[in-house]
Amino acid sequence: MDDVAIIGVGLHPFGRHGDKSAFEMGADAVELALTDAGVPWSDVQSAFGGSWAVSTDPLTSLVGLTGIPFINVFSACATGAATIQQAANAILAGTDDIVMAVGTDKHPRGSFKGNPVTTNVPAWYGDNGQYVTTKFFGMKINKYMHDYGVSSATLAKVAAKNYRNGALNPKAFRRKPISEEEILNSQMLNYPLTSYMFCAPDEGAAAVVLCRADIAHRYTDTPVFVKATAIRTRNYGAYEVNTTWASVEEDVAPTVYASRAAYEAAGIGPEDVDVIQLQDTDAGAEVIHMAESGFCADGEQEKLVAADATEITGSMPVNTDGGLIANGEPIGASGLRQVHELVLQLRGQAGDRQVQGDPRVGYAQVYGAPGIAAVTILAR
Amino acid sequence: MGQPIADVFTWPADDPQLIGSRCEGCGAVTFPVQSRCPRCGGPSMSELPLPRRGTLVSWTTQEFPPSFDYKGGPTGASFEPYGVGLVQLDDVVRVESRLTESDPEKLDFGMEVELRIVPFCVDDDGNEIVTFAFAPIEVANSEER
Repeated sequence: MDDVAIIGVGLHPFGRHGDKSAFEMGADAVELALTDAGVPWSDVQSAFGGSWAVSTDPLTSLVGLTGIPFINVFSACATGAATIQQAANAILAGTDDIVMAVGTDKHPRGSFKGNPVTTNVPAWYGDNGQYVTTKFFGMKINKYMHDYGVSSATLAKVAAKNYRNGALNPKAFRRKPISEEEILNSQMLNYPLTSYMFCAPDEGAAAVVLCRADIAHRYTDTPVFVKATAIRTRNYGAYEVNTTWASVEEDVAPTVYASRAAYEAAGIGPEDVDVIQLQDTDAGAEVIHMAESGFCADGEQEKLVAADATEITGSMPVNTDGGLIANGEPIGASGLRQVHELVLQLRGQAGDRQVQGDPRVGYAQVYGAPGIAAVTILAR
Repeated sequence: MGQPIADVFTWPADDPQLIGSRCEGCGAVTFPVQSRCPRCGGPSMSELPLPRRGTLVSWTTQEFPPSFDYKGGPTGASFEPYGVGLVQLDDVVRVESRLTESDPEKLDFGMEVELRIVPFCVDDDGNEIVTFAFAPIEVANSEER
């Protein structure tokens, strides 16, 4: 599938931005993406926006009230990927030629909070202290480490890599390398995960301009093609975030299904991928998502990480811009940040964090509550 | 005796049980009771008291205070960490639950656990609230296994 091309990307730095609103950050990202594409806002025929904190369409009052369809999309932490999919589908449907995908969010400090009832979980789940996404990740990696022999040292190494990559990224939230020792010795939040192994909810925005592939050459010499997008919710048998029960019969996580569907649609396999962005809500999630995305067998991560395979200079670079651990997670923008990074990498514009060897294929995966995963595969 | 945090276990009772539901169509079991089946979508769910004993599939600790709606005691510096686990009740269903034990050294995969109803908090009207949690238990002949 080479019918949809990305011709522009823009990213408002992730971090804490005081009084600056989600709309203002989103408008800045849109502006950057339009400039990158060389397309005026008046040429954009529709837009798909994602956010947890706000409805995104009012940001048109900051970029131009052109009357276009501007649809709000929400799929929890997979929201950014959902906006890309919807934008690509609008082009594939033949409805529009040039479409904007944008995500913006603004979260307070600390872990995500909310009313469980809004996610079809009973109120007592919150009262009882179970409505905490991080404890699910603790349980998942704890069992994974037990089953497949992954060590805490590996988790620390993954987190240290992402902080180090973040230090190379001028738009990252955390830009200071943190040693593995410091990561291991930081406060235990949900055994075996420590504070510095987790990402933090924060603020930021990202935008992507997509167009019909056959007109992409009008705007750029380096179009990046959307080879596949796949989104999956959980199957019966998967134990996921924010659930009171699971069946005895087990099924694999939604990332496995999304990943398989995306590879099939793209007509490639994990061995063809040159740059990888994975949902690292915590260092353990990155480790698990390597296997769920088909990049290694369960347990192989221990050796791969020790051999620096996932470093920018490694054979399978993961989270080259620092991932969620260094960038934090403004939910609506997070999946679009991954796409932004892949586009820079595939164009050879990633600066100090550029993957060498002329990368051609990029893979992005996001995962969120209550068991939603999305995979986007890009190539040039 | 205390009031239950929610109507999700038999109480008061000498041997309290969590109350789940079972699909009359396909046999899928949920906790707590829900009105439609998560597997086949069927509308006929009947209440099912769940086994009191099970094994620990996975576990973690909650070492920072959860969000503002948490009712289980102080959330500041005097917050008390607790364990959380996924417990398989025979071959019926797995439930996510608090654990009475929060020391990683004393928790293990596959360990036998049993339902307890434990004091939880005092509500705004002064009522004592109890909740459910699973406790590690000594299993007879465990030395020989």
